[in-house]
Amino acid sequence: MVQALNDALRDEMKRDQRIVLLGEDIGTVGGVFRVTKGLHEEFGENRVMDTPLSEGGIIGCAIGMALNGLVPVAEIQFSDFIFPAYDQIVNELAKFRYRSGGDFVTNMVVRTPVGGGIRGGHYHSQHPEAPFIHMAGLKVVCPSNPYDAKGMLKAAIRDPDPVVFLEPKRVYRAAKGDVPDGDYIVPLEKASIVRAGKSVTVVAYGAMLYEALDAATRAEEHGVDCEVIDLRTLWPLDLETIVASVKHTGRLVVVHEAPRTCGLAAEIVTLITEKAFYYLQAAPVRVTGFDTPFPYALEMEYLPLSHRILPAVLDTVRASP
Amino acid sequence: MLMPEMSEETEGERVAISARGSLLQVLREDGTLDPDKNPDIEDLDLLRAFRQMVETRFLDERLTRLQRQGRIGFHVGCLGEEAAIIGSALALQTEDWIFPCYREFGAALLRGMPYQSFIDNLYGNANDTAKGRQMPDHYTCRDAHWVSISSPVGTQINQATGFAWASKLKGETAVTLVYFGDGATSSNDFHSGLNFAGVFKAPVVFLCRNNGWAISVPYESQTASPTIAHKGQAYGVHAVRVDGNDLFAVYRAVRDAADRARAGHGPTLVEALTYRMGGHSTSDDPGAYRDAHELEPWQQRDPVERVRHYLMDHDMWTAADDAALDAELEKRFLAAVEAAENTPQPEVDTMFDDVYEKLPWHLREQREQVRRGRRPFKGGG
Ligand SMILES: Cc1ncc(C[n+]2csc(CCOP(=O)(O)OP(=O)(O)O)c2C)c(N)n1
Ligand SMILES: [Mg+2]
Repeated sequence: MVQALNDALRDEMKRDQRIVLLGEDIGTVGGVFRVTKGLHEEFGENRVMDTPLSEGGIIGCAIGMALNGLVPVAEIQFSDFIFPAYDQIVNELAKFRYRSGGDFVTNMVVRTPVGGGIRGGHYHSQHPEAPFIHMAGLKVVCPSNPYDAKGMLKAAIRDPDPVVFLEPKRVYRAAKGDVPDGDYIVPLEKASIVRAGKSVTVVAYGAMLYEALDAATRAEEHGVDCEVIDLRTLWPLDLETIVASVKHTGRLVVVHEAPRTCGLAAEIVTLITEKAFYYLQAAPVRVTGFDTPFPYALEMEYLPLSHRILPAVLDTVRASP
Repeated sequence: MLMPEMSEETEGERVAISARGSLLQVLREDGTLDPDKNPDIEDLDLLRAFRQMVETRFLDERLTRLQRQGRIGFHVGCLGEEAAIIGSALALQTEDWIFPCYREFGAALLRGMPYQSFIDNLYGNANDTAKGRQMPDHYTCRDAHWVSISSPVGTQINQATGFAWASKLKGETAVTLVYFGDGATSSNDFHSGLNFAGVFKAPVVFLCRNNGWAISVPYESQTASPTIAHKGQAYGVHAVRVDGNDLFAVYRAVRDAADRARAGHGPTLVEALTYRMGGHSTSDDPGAYRDAHELEPWQQRDPVERVRHYLMDHDMWTAADDAALDAELEKRFLAAVEAAENTPQPEVDTMFDDVYEKLPWHLREQREQVRRGRRPFKGGG
């Protein structure tokens, strides 16, 4: 996935001179995950800028650049460190178009690695989509594989609205997949059905998609046929695809590694109860991280891995009205 | 101590504080201009600035009255700070940009924000350029190179740095000026804004209106730094301190700062020493926390009166001009208020516009809900 993101940035920077990158350590070393590797060398220090250590400064300056007609792609080294910039993101970036009645817009992308399972402990493992979705005005996306990562980063850069681009670091190097050279777009706001099935709809995204797929394979042995949806864009989400699937399966399991309370799964379950209540044959179920800080030693117990998804799927299917 | 005094600067300081720590003053106590520092403002510009200062003061008084009458919800004025605000804006070029704080409507008008548009913003009506989405005094005016105003203190500071930095990257000559108060120099964004500007030599002018107060918090409780200008030194940002009640001095300092920026010499922090003669806003009563005697020395340095005296001494202004201007201001104001009050509220549907460029499904649904169920009675008490 790292290479796919790097390709997307390089392609877009060649296509559009207005695109600039800024962040901590993204220059000569190419970022701590090497997503910007080689770009400093290729495009120079006026397009790829190593900044001082201040997330609020990075986002505040990037907003100013966007207001002045550039298209910044800012990197926050880990999403755990995005909170010094939270005010700039949710009160400024997300609000410029609205508060100025369309007089000023901020076309830019905030890229940041998310998620656990890499022995990073609390401060290198969080998956904070919900606080950004909740504060109106942002698009929030999270690709699960290299193909989507490239196509969605290009789409995010070209999108007229600010996009928070979450990169699941557990699959930065692991996720394999064919990535075509050259230009293609994976449109935002479109989920993808990665496994068709008829017994139960399982919604997941990012690194947890693979856990959902693993649980689906195991469920097969129990005669349960899962339909797995990769959400891809977390907000505004592709509700149509989920509703159509649930109308067809009558059952819903939502998986995410962020904590449970007020998480995105809560919103999806509510939406489905509102839109497809009479199609439901069992109560929708959430399989999520716990409402604890992200633990270091017990991270594999914290994450909603397939061993937790499978029983939820089977219980849902066994439940009858 | 009302205002901080300049402490001795140490030898070897890399960044010079102007006039070795003293205030830059051009319009002297005796009403004459210091010939060594005179910025030679053109007569027409000087008169334009003076009229704008008078109008700004007029509006502060009248808008406060409108607020007291319950006709507008709020106003945040700039009584006593007119020279700092108008003098700085006057020193910029048309191509330059301003990231405002919330107290500088006089500068916006000077730069060509339509008068009616300002009054419409106070009413949040259908003609407001911000579409009635923000409280009064949070206008936007791209045509005047005036960026949309935000309430959270300090956020505009590093945005201005980024904007200026982008101008530099694009090879453009525009300079960006950002307004903020003494209180804002304690915010995170002040520090990152100055730091980034220092590192990247962004063509930005940081204009701190040091008016002595952040609502009820006096300068001494805001910072232990002897001056705001000292904070520039820490970031390698050239810093100057001016008499903020002296139109000529503010103009001079900002013009020089903008020239430096345009010539590629990077940012300047201008500390304009002034005083907030009124409350923080119409919601504030300063009697609760400051002694009225504190205002007396500042009344002697009234920024509008100082310019008026200068103009009269030089036969550029007469009592008859005052009377004519008053009548003109009154007429324009009454017409604009009438127009604003006769303009309806924004349509309910517009609440959902501009969250994103295109309306997503969830907002379309929420808009449908509002359309279906008009409020049967006026809620909200
Ligand atoms: C982040 C933030 N904290 C608190 C406030 C409330 N507030 C509004 S203005 C203000 C004081 C600002 O003082 P200063 O920066 O000196 O500007 P002045 O009002 O004197 O022009 C405060 C505390 C706010 N708007 N934003
Ligand atoms: Mg103040």
